[in-house]
Amino acid sequence: MAANDPTGAQSAIVTPVRDAAATAARDRAAEYLVSRHRFRWAEALPWLACIAVFFLFPDRLTFGSQVLVMVLFALSLDLILGYAGIVTLGQAAFFGIGAYTVGLGAARLGWTEPVSGLFAAFFVAALAGFISGWFLLRYRGLTLLMLTLATAIMMQEAGNLGSEFSGGYDGLPGLVFDPLLGRFEYDLYGRTNYVYALVVLAVVFYFVRRIVYSPFGQALTGIRENVRRMHAIGSPVHWRLVTVYTIAAGIAGVAGALFTQTNAYVTLTVFDFENSAKVMVMLILGGTGRLYGAFLGAAVYMIMEDYFSKLSPTFWQFGIGLLLVLAVLFARRGVLGLFEQFGAYFTKEKSKGAKP
Amino acid sequence: MRMLKWAGVAALALTVGGTAQAEKIKIGVVLPFSGANADLGHQVDKAFDLYIKLHAKDIAPHTIEIVKRDEGPPTGANAKTVATELITNDKVQILTGFVFSPSAIALAPVVTQAKVPMVIANAGTAWITNLSPYIARLSFSMWHHGYPMGAYAFDKIGCKTAALAYTDFPPGKDSTEAFKTGFEKAGGKVTESIPLGSPVQVPDFTPFFQRIKDSKPDCMYVFIPSGAHATGVTKAYGELGMRKAGIKLIGPMDLIPDNKLQDMGDAAIGTIVMGNYAVDLDNAENKAFNAAWHKEYGANSYPDFMSAAGWDTMHAIFDTIKKLNGNVTDGAKFIDAMKGWKTKSPRGDVMIDPDTRDIVQDEHAMEVIRKPDGKLGVKVLGTTKAVKDECKVLKLGRCGT
Repeated sequence: MAANDPTGAQSAIVTPVRDAAATAARDRAAEYLVSRHRFRWAEALPWLACIAVFFLFPDRLTFGSQVLVMVLFALSLDLILGYAGIVTLGQAAFFGIGAYTVGLGAARLGWTEPVSGLFAAFFVAALAGFISGWFLLRYRGLTLLMLTLATAIMMQEAGNLGSEFSGGYDGLPGLVFDPLLGRFEYDLYGRTNYVYALVVLAVVFYFVRRIVYSPFGQALTGIRENVRRMHAIGSPVHWRLVTVYTIAAGIAGVAGALFTQTNAYVTLTVFDFENSAKVMVMLILGGTGRLYGAFLGAAVYMIMEDYFSKLSPTFWQFGIGLLLVLAVLFARRGVLGLFEQFGAYFTKEKSKGAKP
Repeated sequence: MRMLKWAGVAALALTVGGTAQAEKIKIGVVLPFSGANADLGHQVDKAFDLYIKLHAKDIAPHTIEIVKRDEGPPTGANAKTVATELITNDKVQILTGFVFSPSAIALAPVVTQAKVPMVIANAGTAWITNLSPYIARLSFSMWHHGYPMGAYAFDKIGCKTAALAYTDFPPGKDSTEAFKTGFEKAGGKVTESIPLGSPVQVPDFTPFFQRIKDSKPDCMYVFIPSGAHATGVTKAYGELGMRKAGIKLIGPMDLIPDNKLQDMGDAAIGTIVMGNYAVDLDNAENKAFNAAWHKEYGANSYPDFMSAAGWDTMHAIFDTIKKLNGNVTDGAKFIDAMKGWKTKSPRGDVMIDPDTRDIVQDEHAMEVIRKPDGKLGVKVLGTTKAVKDECKVLKLGRCGT
């Protein structure tokens, strides 16, 4: 039969081989994806460090909780900038919306329960993200950059226009929140706030980790790398982007809410351009598109800022500037990228040494 | 440079060897030292340093240690973090500085909880002193300049009608509200009130002022942040020929910041402002203050209203330390001892109101003139004595709580 029908024979022989190869490739891909999702021991390090800080620096916890809030905020940006490739300068809009949801809730409505406040902030900010994202994500690049920036400015101006209600740039003073879970009072040393912020960060982090390694997360990476290809294979690109933008807005809202709750105060400066820009710098410093980049970037930036500003209250910004220039020159993929490079360098050395 | 230790003072204390126990008092200074507002912080800080240098011997055998931290941008959050750490980590007994109102507002619950006195050297939102019994203020509120200007403009400058223009943020709203209250009480009529946009950028004032010019009020009261805005205001006012049209330019002293005055040119001459300080104020304390300043920082460096408030702030802290004989661990006692403190300052007579812990001071109506040496300067037209923060007297809005 084979000799009589060469074409048929060829297909008969080739087809199963191709199937086997495809299956193997598919298995390898699946194995790769699953392995990415698997918990690695190195991942425990930042969390252990956070717990260690609580015991080692008991008088620095007010600052510590500010760092954790910024990590959470940077994480929300990583989700859209690092994974979905949405370049935005308006993330402070959602941070601010979350901050004012709990702020106004406590000051005007007497909603002083902190944990439910976080959920409210998530939903209000997510709703704002959904509406603005639905309009704005039709655009990309510079247009999107300007439009997101304008969103944050519009929120700020709206707040200033209604300053009788919002408190304007003088803010909402003396916000009092209920003790956490009805039991833990907020102490001067910031212990309660630190643990509160850490737990919220851990929960949100787990949530983001699940999203990033899900098929949905893979689709986002696809959109970032090649949006035409994703259109071609029939992926609903716009809705994928709107979805992730909405989730990231919600998370930024939670970060803003935590900011208000840990400071017991909020002003319209949360909508500042500086706030959006700073969080992007932090993320780039740490490394975009890797979960712990947000963690490392925000922590490194804020600790350096704190250290330099103590060293010289006048000239500390020079130190930060130098750090950023060095990062751009030598650590293009952020501090995490630098670690990876070092790792790769040593493994190469080892394999070279083993060969002869 | 984080800590400035006054070792010489310690040595002096040893030689004097008084019978009283020598206490070391830690003072936390929170001022904006970086970014766009660093200038403001330095004007206060220079006054602090100068006072300490000249008067450290006054509190012997006690010594002080200053810990400086950057106030950062006016978000409240940064100032709150660093000031909380000054309390919990550096264990300071007194906090001072604070240029921005949000910093002081954010920190109020913390100083109440920690029972640490907070002596404000600038932050000007009227109701700040209501937020905590541990707060005292040596600078001013927007009402100190705006409210007496209302009556003065109607009675002395001859403004029967006035248009208001203000930068759209809390100090601007407060200042115009204060002027309006005083002006209407005196019998004047406000024709219109125009917001001039956010404090972030300096707008082109021409369209706003053209509108005011068309409505022909007697006077135009303008509030803008002290700095780059001020030159823009005088420029637009001059180019539109508003003075010739019979519209007088008046405002709080932020309208003619000392370091911008020389750039303003002839358009500024005739502007009348209300304020608590000017380099040209004619009193013995101010002459001594200016002489000491020039000796320390050079002939081309001038103090301004923020430096004068900084000088008085340190003065009040030192006098209180002396009064308590160095025993300042009890914050409530410290603030109590500060109530009713009074002195002759470079600004005129000042006192801390025992009821509100806010400053009571002289307000001077000043006109911009060209001095004989060709430079622009101010001439004092009249002084309103012992001006209180009227917002708290009248219990308006948040000032009443």
